[in-house]
This record gives sequence, C-alpha cells and structure tokens, in this order.
Amino acid sequence: MSRPAELPRWIDLGLLPLVNLAMALGVCGVVVAVVGLDPLQVLALLLKGAFGSRAGLSYTLYYATTFVFTGLAVAVAFHGGLFNIGGEGQAMIGGLGCSLVALALGNQLPALVLLPLMVAAAMVFGAAWAAVPAALQAWRGSHVVITTIMFNFIASALLAYLLVNLLKDPGSMSIETGPFPQAAQMPGMHLVLAALGLDWPRTPLNLSVLLAAGAALAVTLFLWRTQAGYALRTVGFSPAAAHYAGIPPRRQVVVGMLISGALAGLVGINELAGVQHRLLLDYVMGAGFTGIAVSLIGRNHPLGIVLASLLFGAIYQGGAELAFEIPGFSRDMVTTLQGLIVLFSGAMAQVAAPGLARLYGWLRPAARLQAAPGAASG
Amino acid sequence: MDEALIGGLLASTLRVSTPLILCALAAVLSERSGVIDLGLEGKMLLTAFAAGAVGAVTGSLPLALMAALVVGLALSMLHGYACVSHTGDQVVLGMALTMIAAGLTIVLGIAWFKQGGQTPPLPDAVRLTPLLTGLAAWLQGLPMGGRVIAGGLLGHNGLVYLALALVPLVWWVLYRTRVGLRLRATGENPAMVDAAGLSVKGLRYGALAANGLLCGLAGSYLVLAQNANFVPNMTAGRGYMALAAMIFGKWHPVGALWACLLFGFLDAAAIRLQGVSLPQALGGGAVPVQAIQALPYVLTVVLLAGFIGRSRAPAALGVPYVKAR
Amino acid sequence: MSTPQPGRAPAVLMQGIHKRFGAVQANRDVTLTVAAGTAHGIVGENGAGKSTLMAILYGFYQADSGTIAISGQAVQIPGSKEAIALGIGMVHQHFMLVESLSALDNIMLGAEPDWRLHVARAQVRGALDALMTETGLQVRLDAAVEDLPVGERQRLEILKALYRGARILILDEPTAVLTPQETEALFVTLRRLRDAGTTLLLITHKLKEIMALCDAVTVMRQGAVVFDGPIADCSLDQLAEAMVGRRVNMGRDAAAKLPTSAAAPGATLLAAQGLHWRDAMGVARLAGVSLALRAGEIVGIAGVSGNGQSELLAMLSGMATPQAGTLALGTGAAARRFDAAHWLDPSTARRLGLAHVPEDRHRCGMVLPFAAWETAELGYQRSPRFASAWGWMKRAVMRQATTDMMAAYDVRPRDPDLRASTFSGGNQQKLVLAREALAPATPPSVLLVGQPTRGVDIGAIEFIHGRLRAMRDAGGAVLLVSSELDEILALADRVLVMDRGRIAGELAIADCTEAALGRLMAGAEAESTDPVAAGAAVAAVAIGQVMR
Repeated sequence: MSRPAELPRWIDLGLLPLVNLAMALGVCGVVVAVVGLDPLQVLALLLKGAFGSRAGLSYTLYYATTFVFTGLAVAVAFHGGLFNIGGEGQAMIGGLGCSLVALALGNQLPALVLLPLMVAAAMVFGAAWAAVPAALQAWRGSHVVITTIMFNFIASALLAYLLVNLLKDPGSMSIETGPFPQAAQMPGMHLVLAALGLDWPRTPLNLSVLLAAGAALAVTLFLWRTQAGYALRTVGFSPAAAHYAGIPPRRQVVVGMLISGALAGLVGINELAGVQHRLLLDYVMGAGFTGIAVSLIGRNHPLGIVLASLLFGAIYQGGAELAFEIPGFSRDMVTTLQGLIVLFSGAMAQVAAPGLARLYGWLRPAARLQAAPGAASG
Repeated sequence: MDEALIGGLLASTLRVSTPLILCALAAVLSERSGVIDLGLEGKMLLTAFAAGAVGAVTGSLPLALMAALVVGLALSMLHGYACVSHTGDQVVLGMALTMIAAGLTIVLGIAWFKQGGQTPPLPDAVRLTPLLTGLAAWLQGLPMGGRVIAGGLLGHNGLVYLALALVPLVWWVLYRTRVGLRLRATGENPAMVDAAGLSVKGLRYGALAANGLLCGLAGSYLVLAQNANFVPNMTAGRGYMALAAMIFGKWHPVGALWACLLFGFLDAAAIRLQGVSLPQALGGGAVPVQAIQALPYVLTVVLLAGFIGRSRAPAALGVPYVKAR
Repeated sequence: MSTPQPGRAPAVLMQGIHKRFGAVQANRDVTLTVAAGTAHGIVGENGAGKSTLMAILYGFYQADSGTIAISGQAVQIPGSKEAIALGIGMVHQHFMLVESLSALDNIMLGAEPDWRLHVARAQVRGALDALMTETGLQVRLDAAVEDLPVGERQRLEILKALYRGARILILDEPTAVLTPQETEALFVTLRRLRDAGTTLLLITHKLKEIMALCDAVTVMRQGAVVFDGPIADCSLDQLAEAMVGRRVNMGRDAAAKLPTSAAAPGATLLAAQGLHWRDAMGVARLAGVSLALRAGEIVGIAGVSGNGQSELLAMLSGMATPQAGTLALGTGAAARRFDAAHWLDPSTARRLGLAHVPEDRHRCGMVLPFAAWETAELGYQRSPRFASAWGWMKRAVMRQATTDMMAAYDVRPRDPDLRASTFSGGNQQKLVLAREALAPATPPSVLLVGQPTRGVDIGAIEFIHGRLRAMRDAGGAVLLVSSELDEILALADRVLVMDRGRIAGELAIADCTEAALGRLMAGAEAESTDPVAAGAAVAAVAIGQVMR
C-alpha cells in the first residue's frame, strides 16, 4: 500500500487533531442519543456548566490544573522516547511527599517557606517513584509501559498501607490523615482575589493554577531552550544520533522520567494542599490517565496540553453540572468521552490522514505533484 | 494441616484464578502474534456487562454467554482494525478501550437499568451451576485427602474447568499445530512470514479473534459465576494482573497458568491471612494485607528486571508490521 | 564448468525489461538469458540495476514492460508466492529467519505438509535428510537458529529454497559474510547443485568468484546490459572495462594533474595502535589495525566495503570501543592516550579537536525532524559557544552560526528554520560537513569522514572535495573512508588498503600504480609479477570499490 504524500504541517498539527476530536465527539453524541438524551442539549448545558458562571469557570480551571501536571508529565517522557503510564502512581506518591512535609513541619514553619518545601517534596517523591521503572528500562531493558503500570498498583497498595497503619487520624472513621495545619494549605483563589479587592465565589480553585501555568512555561523553556532539553529530544528522535553527539541515551532516559514523575507529583499540591487539606486514599481519581489523553490531543506540546487540559476541565465540570441537571446523565459519560478521545486522537490518529491527504490533493492539485521524500537512490 | 482449610484455599484459588487464566491465555495468543494487549481490563469489563445485561433482559444463560463472546470479538476486531490494518499505537489503544469500557458500562447500565450502574441480579437459572457435586459428596468421606479434593477441586462451575482445559488446548495449538507455528513466527519476524507467502494480517486477526472470545469468557465468568450481576468497575485491575501473569509466565500458556494460580492464591490467602500474626522470627506484627495485594505486581517487576531468570518478549511485539517493499 | 545443452529452452529468459522508479530508470531494455543447469553471474555497480532485475524475477516488483519466460513458458510473476511455485528460490543477503525457532521449523514455515506439527516435522525431516545427502549441505535441523554460525545459517537458507522445489536459485552477495573457508565450502556446494541440474544466478561484485564458479556472465551498467556471454569467451580485462570503463585510470590522472600539497606533513595528530574487535558472532572485524595521521595530509582508506572500514571509523570517533588497542590523540601537552579499558567517547573526541562526518548521515549525523539550526549544533550543544553556563541555549547565536555555515558551504535553500529532512542529500551532507568544520570553537585538527559523497549530486561532490582539500591545506588531518576508489585517488596523499580487518599496505599517491594497488587489495595470494594478473586484480577491486 503506497504512502500518501506527507501532509503539510498545518494539517498535521492543526486540522487532523480537530478531525479526530470531532470523530470522538460524534461517537459520544451517538452514545448520548442511545441513552435517550438530546446530544445538542447536552452539549449546550455542558458548555454553560463549564464556562457560564464564575464558579463553573473556576471549577474548570481547577480540574485543568491537575490535568496540566499529568499531561506535561506524559509529554516530557514522550519527548525522550518513553511512554510514561505511571502518572497515576507518581501523583499518589507525590501527594504523599507533600503531605508528610505538611504534617511534620506544618506547625513550625510559615507558609512562605512551607509551601515551596511541599512543592519540592511532591516533585522529589514523584520523581523517585518514576526512578525505578526508568532505571530498569535504561539498564535492564524492562519495558517501561509494563513497569509503570505495575508501579501504579504498588503505589496504591503502599498508600493504603501507610494511611491505614501509620498516618491515619485517630479521631476519624475514614481512612485519611488529620487536617493540614493552616500554613500548609494552598490559598484558594477566592482568598487571593479577595485580597486584591475582587469578589469571587469560593471554589476549589487555588494558587496551584499559577503553579501549573508556571510548569507549562518551564517545560516549554526546558525542552526548546536548554541544552538538556535538546539532549532529551535528540534521544527521543534518534538514539544513534544522540550517541554520535556524545549524549548518553540511558542517562537521558532516566532524566526525562524523573522530570516526568516530578511533574505528576505536583498533582498532590493542587488536590491535597489546595483542596482536601489532608491525605486520603483515592484523590488522583484517574488524572494520570486523563493526562495521557491530554498529551495526545495536545501533540505533546505544552501549549497544546494547556488547551487540551482546559478542554478536559470543561468536560469534567460540565459533566458534573449535567449530572445535577439531567437525571440519567452520569459523570461516567465523561470517562467514555475521554476514552473515545484517546481512541481517535491516539490509537486511530492516522486513520483519517490518508483521507485528508486525498481531499487536500483534490482541492490543491499542485500539492499532489510534490513527490514523497526518500525516493530510491539505487 | 486442616484438610478443610487446604480444600477451602484451593477452591478459593481456583475461583479467583479463573478469569485471570482466561485473560492471560487471551493475552498470550495476541502477544505471541506480535500485538500488545493492554485492553484486557476493558474487554473483560464490557463483556461482563454484556452478559449481565443480556442475561437480565432475556433470562437465558446461552444468550448471555453469546452476548459476552460477541462483544469480546467485536472489541478485538476494533483492536485489529486500529493496530493491524492501520499502524495505531497498541499501548494507546489498550488504554482507550479500558477507559471507554469503564465509562460506557456505567452509562449504559444507568440508562437501561437505573440501578446506579448495576445490572439486576440474575436468577440462578441464568447462572452457572456447580458441577460434580455428587462426586464431591462421595469423596468427602474418603480419608487422606478426600476432603481436599472434594472441597478444593470439585463442585466448581463449568467455566472453571473450561479455563483449566483451555490451557493445554492453547498450548497444543501454539506448539503442536501448523497455525501455532506460524503465529509464533509472526510475533518474532513478520517479514519472514510475509516472504514465506503467509498473511501476517490474517494471522494477527486470527489471534485477536481468539483473544476476544477468551476475554468474553472471562467477563461472563464474573457475572454468571462469581457475582450475580454486573457491578461498576468489578474487574478491579484483574485485567492488568492477568497481563502481569502472562509476563511472569514468560508468554507461555502453562507458565501463565502457574502465574495465575500463584496470583490467585495470593489473593485468596490475603483475606485469610488478615489479622494473622507473623512469627517472631520475621519481626512479629500482623501481615499487611496491602503487601500481599502488591505482591503479584512486585514479582512481575522483579522478573522484568531480570532478577529471576530471563524474560524475553516476542521479538516483534508492539511493532506494527508495514510491508517493506 | 558444465556446458549448456543446445536446443534446450533457457531456464530463464527475461526480454525487454524496463523498470522506472520515479526519476530513476533502474532497468533499461534488459535481456537476460540463462541456460538451464548453469551458473550465471550478474555483476554491476551499485545502481546498475542487477538487484532490481532479480527482484522482478522473484516477484517483489513488476516490470513496467517486457516478458519473462521460465523454461520456455511465458509467465507472470506478481509475487514471491508465484515465483516459488515456478521453482525460483532466493537466498537474500540478510537472512530471513526466526531465531528462536529450530532450523527445521524455519525451513518448513509456510510449506508445512500437515496441520499437526509432529507429523509435518517427520515428513519434512525425511525429505530434508535426502536433500542434504544429495547436495552435501549439512545443517543441524533441531538446533535453534540463534545457536547456528553464519555459514550454517546460509546453508539453511539454501536448503529452505531447495525444499520448496527451487530449480532456479538466486543468490544475492552470498559470500559477503563468510570467511574464506566458508566461501570455499559454499562453492563446493554450489558446484554440486549446478552439476545436478539446478540453475544458479549469482549476484556478486567479486570478479574472482565469477571466474571461479560461473559459466556465463552478464554485466550491467546504469540500468542496461553492457556485456553478456560465456566466461570462456571473455577475459577479466574485457569485463573490467565493460563495467568500469577507464575509471580505474581516471582517478590517478586527476590526481597527477593536481598540485601536490606544498608543505610536507607535520606533527602526528592521531596514532592508533593494534585495534582489535570481534563482533557478536565472533567474526574478527578489526584484526590489529595501526595507523597514524599527520597534520596537512589526507589519508584515504581503500578496500572493498565490509573489510573493517566502518568499524575503524566507529573506534576512532569514540562511538565504539575496541577490545584491544591504544589511541593517542592531540599533540604536545594536550595529547591524551586511551586504551581499551578507558576508551575515547564522542564528547571527549570533540574536545580534543576531532570531528566526524559519519557514513550514515540520516541515522547518526543529523536528527531529521529537527530544524536545520538545531541539527547544526548536534554534538556541540554543550560548547560555550552555543550554551551558557546554566545550560541555556543561545538560539540567536546558533541561528546566526547556521546561516554562516550555510553561506560558507553553499547549502540551499539558505533557511535555517527548515526541517533537516527537507534538504536534498547533497545539501544535507554539506550541512553536516559545515557543522563539523565550523561549529567547534577552534577548527578541528582531525576530521574523520566516511562516504562523503554517497547520494550526493555532482555539483556538491566537487564542492565537498574542494572543502576537504582546503582543510588539509590549513593544516588539518583528514581520514577519508570511501568505497569510491576514484574519490580516494583524487583526494588522498597516502592510501591505506584494508583487507579483512587489517591494513594490507600503504602507498603514497604517487606510487599508486595498478600493479601496486592491485597486489595490496587482492590480498597476499594475488601477489605476482604478472602485470596482467595484477591489473586484473586491481580491476577486480576497482569494480568492487564502485559496487557498493
């Protein structure tokens, strides 16, 4: 089967993801209809729920914050040529790290010192959890996809053990720690805005959103403006060229995964330091997997990831609103849509490509004459 | 030791291992042909839902079973379309199937049965019945292990015995038949298989079809034998545990069987060991149940790290085959 | 040699074959007649069209026009399945085997006589035992392929083709991976097969083998047949000239016309001693190589590709580590010595003033998805020129440097933001060379360059040659590995000839006569005072040179 002419960049990066997204939405619409609801009404209510009020917008941003962290984690690893599915576990352990600092030092240090320390702890713990699969891939050749999935389960078991046996708040019936001291709580945006004189409804949205924006910026600079990022991208594209350039591919792989784990660990800051103010069992709730979807649609670029995170944040928030408004609509529709997006933007991303290429060739005959690169040299 | 206890443990192990065995066999076939299957969890979940839903609506055991098989087959064909006919990433596809299944089963469950995602409990007529109970009763009385055999091995439902019987069958197909040889070659060097005039796509689709049917059996087991209905997220990670068992069994059906039995045993033992104290020699205290829960995954990582023997995946695993010329 | 029986239809008759790939006319009105029961050699340089012709015969491609007749019957060969059915078998250069399966399973895959393996194996084993006795090919049927040495794997491939009833056997560069003893054994087998009636088609560039084994030969050049006839009717000189024309002399004439470099070579910049390296299969790729590079000279490494040149480049550039040997790099106080336990690595090499233009520029020399300005710092990304102390990339500096490089080396289009993959082969190579010459803070003192003009258009070739000479004139040392003998003869001041992992000898360019070069390249056994034989030997090697 002959390969079609290479798609121009604007189609490859702009149109194709939109087409894939449209297909996912289309199938989801079918599911919505099958369930007996009106897809257009659902869509309208979803958008209203996500963006139609200050509270809704805040919730959207709050969800998006977590997804930015896990999406960036997947993207950084991907640029190094690895698929990090362990974001879920790394986020759990990162949260553990920041909680330990919060509980241990929460009463002794002021927030200005404590919060950055918690951020650092979250990153260190998240990175540590990614370190073992990374090292095993680099030095023992163990497939990182399988090991990170295993580590997700191990993280869950570890967290459960620690919470049940060591960290549990004696005064509470549920499996969680005691509340974080005041200094260890990430200020909510409503407080910050109130300090600036703006009246804002109280929502889970907290300062971590700025941290997420900062992380996206930092990752962009790292990947394209530093020689370390250059080294990582080289290894991701061509380990042979990396070797030629004096870049040790194995070390680079580990570095990429460490950064990836650190980013995933920051979820703990948003969810635990920012909202829950305590460590509990299931606070990641699949954000690691959403991060994969976000990175796929966002084409592994921080800007795309921010936009995709907003999209998913809107879907989650809109979905929650819908669950209130429409009986019979459950939040699991959101999970289904997420899976469909991963399907069409990830696994079947190139299925539409030949069709688009043909359409493009039909609309622009001049483009068709451009020979595919790499003709036989004899 | 107490024969009843051994028998009980054996019975629990077999019951817990059965869906693992079926999924692991499915994964063996798929991965031996070169296609990674990370969608076991999703396939098992959706087929369980299909069995539960159809069973509740029609009240027919054969129809429920058929529904599970058909859904499993359909999902595997989707897997094939994305990854074999097109060059979709197999890992991503597995994740997508699992995510879709997690959401879709609950969405449809709520829409159709309005019980928060569950399907209605199935009457006994629709569920699988224990077999060989007469023989079990007779063996109970025998000394020297009669109770072990009676309690442990007999009295299970048909799917348990089917799963155990499928292991030698899959082994036989893979290692003793022509199609098995071709399938194994496809996972190692598809270019060679292509040059020999065989269809790589056909062999992979065939493996995926078998994979789909086996996953269908696994899903139907959950609803027709283990529980009485479908409960949201009832697979609880067992699809991944089956994958781990396959890797631990080094992509060999019999190895996978032992790994599944081991993991099933750990699961069964975990409940019983809860609260039991460790001997002083190991430090005393109670056995942490989470440690036992994590053990299958830890063991798999240790194996993958190469610390217990060599683990060699099929050479062309995960690489979409594109004709070179 | 067997004589073809007159009156019997030829085993293979391909007539009027045309085949075009895009702009390249791979086969141009080719006619091939192969008599039954003979060994027929097909020789030609890389791009001559012989591989395409055989691929058409085996069904991988379809000819644009022309006919094929097997044993007098006109046939269509849409795929390899049909080719096999017609009794055509192919032994590829790169074996198609499943390593984890047994030899027996590999042979029968796709042609199993029964759906039950144990039954099939018994039947096949019987047939194979008979075949092995008849042909003298010995293969351990129950061993896993991964445990078999190269020679046995090749016999396995031949057996595989014969088991499927091949009466016409195509062998593509069969001796490329064999030791001399294995080659002899193979020839014995091939002669037996031919005498038993199998028709052999041998694609090879080794003239010695053609003369030793074949009954007839077809010479191809630039897609067309330039010579065709029985071996008995032709001499080596005729073959050489048909294939290469006056190319053998061309290079030396050109070199004679150029001014010799004014200064005598200076200080020793690189000295390698006793490099040894065996590959994973145990074959000695480097068997004690020693050489020295001096400032102000171009040293050419000649010899048929596959005799250790690539491995030598890998060792000297730091990309691979030898199992034994030492290396001294640099002069005076900055000189460093390396031994096998603590070898050079690419970054250290660069820091010591060594630059490397790799043979495979797509795989190692560039990162194709990167923009030109990013690939133009590959290897130098940590140098103070391009990166600040905390690792920040100086993008403006890099883009400017790339623009300057493109101007200095005439890389077109002159846009540093274009993806590296969009540049033509010649421009990519110029960019890589520009980078190696200009990216380091100080110009490199040693340049290792492999196949500098492979896949490069004529204009760029001249330019690149000019740049290499300029580097030499500026006092650098250049090690040039090339499979194009005329390139070496045009550029080098000294020529080292590599044969089977060692340096067979060294000649100053002025001493490069046909006899002297031929004696070295054909190996010790061709050593003779007979000018005709020596000339034939150098022709053979020259052909071999341009073949790859």
